[in-house]
Amino acid sequence: MLRKIRIAVSVSTAILLTIYIIDFAGIMPSWFGFLAKIQFIPALLSVNIVVLVALIIATLVFGRIYCSSVCPLGLYQDVVTYISRLVHKKKRFRFRKALTVMRWSFVIAAVVAFLSGLTILVGLLDPYSSYARFAVHILKPAYQAGNNLAELIFTQFDNHTFYKVGIYLISVVSLATTIVITAFVGYLAWVNGRIYCNSICPVGTVLGFISKASLFKIRINEDACNSCGACGRTCKASCIDTKNHKIDASRCINCFDCLDVCSTSAINYNYSFRLPIKNRKKVVNASRRRFMMAVGVTGVAATKLMAEKVPFTGNTSVVRKTPITPPGSLSLDHFSQKCTSCHLCVSKCPSNIIKPAFLEYGVGGMLQPTLNFDNDFCNYDCTICSDVCPTGALLPLTKDSKHTNQMGQVQFVMNDCIVFTDETSCGACSEHCPTQAVHMVDYKNDLTIPEIDTSICVGCGGCEFICPATPRKAIFVEGISKHKTIKLIKEKVEEVKVDDFGF
Amino acid sequence: MDRRIFLRALALTGATFSFKDSGAMSVLSQSGVSTKSGKPYDLVAVMGGEPAEMFKKAIAELGGIGKFVKKGQVVVVKPNIGWDKGPEMAANTNPQLVGEIVKQCFNAGAKEVKVFDHTCNEWRNCYSNSGIEDAVKKAGGKMIPANEDSYYREVPLPKGVKLKKTKVHEDILDCDVWINVPVLKNHGGAKMSIAMKNHMGIVWDRRFFHANDLQQCIADVCTLDKAAVLHVVDAYRLMKNNGPQGKSEADAVMSKGLFISQDIVAVDTAATTFFNNVRAMPLESVGHLAKAEALNLGTMKISELNVKRIKL
Repeated sequence: MLRKIRIAVSVSTAILLTIYIIDFAGIMPSWFGFLAKIQFIPALLSVNIVVLVALIIATLVFGRIYCSSVCPLGLYQDVVTYISRLVHKKKRFRFRKALTVMRWSFVIAAVVAFLSGLTILVGLLDPYSSYARFAVHILKPAYQAGNNLAELIFTQFDNHTFYKVGIYLISVVSLATTIVITAFVGYLAWVNGRIYCNSICPVGTVLGFISKASLFKIRINEDACNSCGACGRTCKASCIDTKNHKIDASRCINCFDCLDVCSTSAINYNYSFRLPIKNRKKVVNASRRRFMMAVGVTGVAATKLMAEKVPFTGNTSVVRKTPITPPGSLSLDHFSQKCTSCHLCVSKCPSNIIKPAFLEYGVGGMLQPTLNFDNDFCNYDCTICSDVCPTGALLPLTKDSKHTNQMGQVQFVMNDCIVFTDETSCGACSEHCPTQAVHMVDYKNDLTIPEIDTSICVGCGGCEFICPATPRKAIFVEGISKHKTIKLIKEKVEEVKVDDFGF
Repeated sequence: MDRRIFLRALALTGATFSFKDSGAMSVLSQSGVSTKSGKPYDLVAVMGGEPAEMFKKAIAELGGIGKFVKKGQVVVVKPNIGWDKGPEMAANTNPQLVGEIVKQCFNAGAKEVKVFDHTCNEWRNCYSNSGIEDAVKKAGGKMIPANEDSYYREVPLPKGVKLKKTKVHEDILDCDVWINVPVLKNHGGAKMSIAMKNHMGIVWDRRFFHANDLQQCIADVCTLDKAAVLHVVDAYRLMKNNGPQGKSEADAVMSKGLFISQDIVAVDTAATTFFNNVRAMPLESVGHLAKAEALNLGTMKISELNVKRIKL
């Protein structure tokens, strides 16, 4: 029963979250975003106390149910393991010793990386972010291809329920990273079940540590046990020591698979009165401590070095001195510290202008999203990216605060402008400018030429996107390291009376 | 026979029938006839009413929508839905007007009425926030996407000066007739955005226009063989400044006007002249007008036309 509940909860959580991430047509109501916000690392980074306390209490009471039922990467591994068992009918798991040093090394690495401004490593280790990238870069294109196929079929019958969507390779680095992580985790799951969760995943380690003290635990009743070992063979976390009738609570992910295979009902999930770790002898291993300390210090130094910005000239048509961070990110510093590169904003942006960075932010900011106006620009009224961000890297904006949020500043190079070079009308930039920070002023021969006012520019990139000048855009947006608030002058509505045709 | 040839044949057949029915050699020479004198009107201008009401009056003066839309035809109504703005901003065509036109097309027996625009902002937001999607669906029409390159087909424009070919939305090319329903706006680059400028919403690559003499390209695209059978200029609200997008409601003027004609140059000239009521805009400065006249797309000499003026 418990196992069935676990499967139902984890499957529905993962499926709903996946649909939410890959949904480009707005089918899923936006409140489904809570599924991303209840994930551990996002809640930690956004200092979402409610979620954090809830997750910790849940772990203290029930054990690692987060890992079995909430974490989407957990379900991904379970699916892989399930398939591997279908293929290898005789597949058996066996108890292994906990890889304690390894587990905690990853936790330390993640903390050190975070503190030294290398959030990328946190993002690579966070199971939610890894899964979200898998959904964005692998599942979504497949979903879009399916949609386009449906569009093709339905449109033949004059049904316009579906519309074509462009399927683009968002970023080579992101796709490669995603494939590597997905394949790596998948391989581990195929061979060893949940070994990723119990030796690499920092969330698994921390929650595992907490769950040692959990009230409810799976235990073996030695009196009823006939030592058949079935539970140990089915345990994908390899945490049941059937010889000694012990279960390592720190690695048990509460999948409840063992409960269903026990023929004597000797293994149970029940309430415990004893507090664990009572009679254990404290062994202080000085050499190990020194080692860990050295690892930590080296890590900080190395990551600090990596986080140094490397000036980058990419292959985009506009080379910015400072990359543009998405709306609501406050500043380059805030953003780079909080973003785990889950790419939810990348997927949700209706204009598809949020792209994972390559080296724009330096090596340490690889994969963190930046704005790219090659194919579209930021919609003045849209606040979706800041609404969906689960880690607090982008803080929510209202429509009004979005209107006055400056994330970049327009730059105009008159010598490259069509009006200057060709002496023909254009004005495409001003046409797209929501605040008229780019406006047209009289030039010569009835022509108008753009004039800019950076103080009221929001940095939406409309001008840059549409500028037809080649090979260099005559107008573009330069990033700013701290977002600003612009002052918009409210214009009075004039009463104009029109009572004649004029011809 | 492949699909394209079939559809082209279908479209051509439809077009041929529409010529014959109106008893004229070319679409451009189709004209409404005054119910009293029997003299055809070249242009009808209405003032002082609500959008749907003004259209009803105007189209009646041209002999009713049935002169342009026949039973069983597939009709495209092409408003300006370029921006993610509400009707009060005058950035898009008035939704009530679009709804009324769709309704009348069905009354005339249209089999299907499709509405689209190649928008500047995110297309789904533009469709819904302009109010046009709602109005069209209520009237029984369909909103068609125009957000992807693959909805467009390249057509030659042999009469064009700078623009020799361009990709046009397949529904314009495949429909029987289409009706052009722009809104009257100031425009930072083209000076005015009316019926001719509205053609930039049926093409895919607009950057080419801007990069290769915008005013000439606007005139050139109107040489498209498949011309709209009717141009209905919405001037219920016009955009006085900061067009074509507008900054705030302060840029919109409640002018309660409507202009309808088959002559695209005449209707744009009339609307620009009307625009001079709120802001000086010499006709010479709106370069595409004279350029289109030079391409024989119509006339700027309103005084030589038979114009019906109605004040409500």
